[in-house]
Amino acid sequence: MMALIIDVFLLLFLIASAIGILRARHLFAMAMMFGLYSLLVASLFLLLDAPDVAFTEAAVGTGIATVLMLATLAATRRSSEKPRSRFSPSAMIITLLTGGLLFYGTLDLPNFGDPNAPLHTEMAARFIEQGQQDTGVPNLVTAVLASYRGFDTLGEVTVVFTAGVGVLLLLKRRRKPVVRGRSNAR
Amino acid sequence: MMTFIAGHISYWLIICLMMVGLYTLMSCSNLLKKIAGLSVFQTGAILFYVSLGKIDGGTIPIIAEGYSLYSNPLPQVLMLTAIVVGVATTALGFALIVRIREAYSSIEEDEIITMDRQDD
Repeated sequence: MMALIIDVFLLLFLIASAIGILRARHLFAMAMMFGLYSLLVASLFLLLDAPDVAFTEAAVGTGIATVLMLATLAATRRSSEKPRSRFSPSAMIITLLTGGLLFYGTLDLPNFGDPNAPLHTEMAARFIEQGQQDTGVPNLVTAVLASYRGFDTLGEVTVVFTAGVGVLLLLKRRRKPVVRGRSNAR
Repeated sequence: MMTFIAGHISYWLIICLMMVGLYTLMSCSNLLKKIAGLSVFQTGAILFYVSLGKIDGGTIPIIAEGYSLYSNPLPQVLMLTAIVVGVATTALGFALIVRIREAYSSIEEDEIITMDRQDD
């Protein structure tokens, strides 16, 4: 029960900081709100018994993503958003419809933390019973990540590599055509 | 009824969170804010999966003496991959924004659309 209360509290904090991201005029403030948001998500992961995910979120989400956002801000030299009327009815209708459908979908879900949910009784039970014997790793997340579902990780590396190549190609300085005789002008 | 609400309220709050992200993505014209909205939406989906793996009274999925009930490791593994992939795609989005800024000297969607219309 205590865990549920903390969970709900942190989720309310998260919604507040997401609304902060939505309403922030100043883009630097938005980047800071984004870092705060990621840190709150990391602490929520720790509460949900997922320390490995929490580490990754704290390092990659809070650290790298925020630094990348600040670097983009520095590169675009634009510090605040253009003021304009903010409310968009069509976006709000789509959002409410999607939210309603997702809400309808949760009604069939088992209760939060229910140990008898089908999710926990089939595959996960096998991982927990045999994981250590099969792989020799006591940390089951590592065992599943690196051994049972090693190909997932290979796919992940492929995606990260492709994204890295894409970023390099996009940001490669194009050599501007040099007009003869003016190349030393600047 | 009370147990149903207590058992589902965290899912509903996560849906609210995702919808705030989706609204940010669709209503803001600043491209950086769009990417931030996309990240919020994605983190909401990740949180939802990890919440599904939580077991009441369970502990973190590391085998140790004296514990028998562990939370489900499978959603955690899948979401570990999703976080890293998410940051990689976000980085690609930021690189695109920097290129758009070089080409249009603006990162506001409506200004860019106006410039495109003038070119036609």
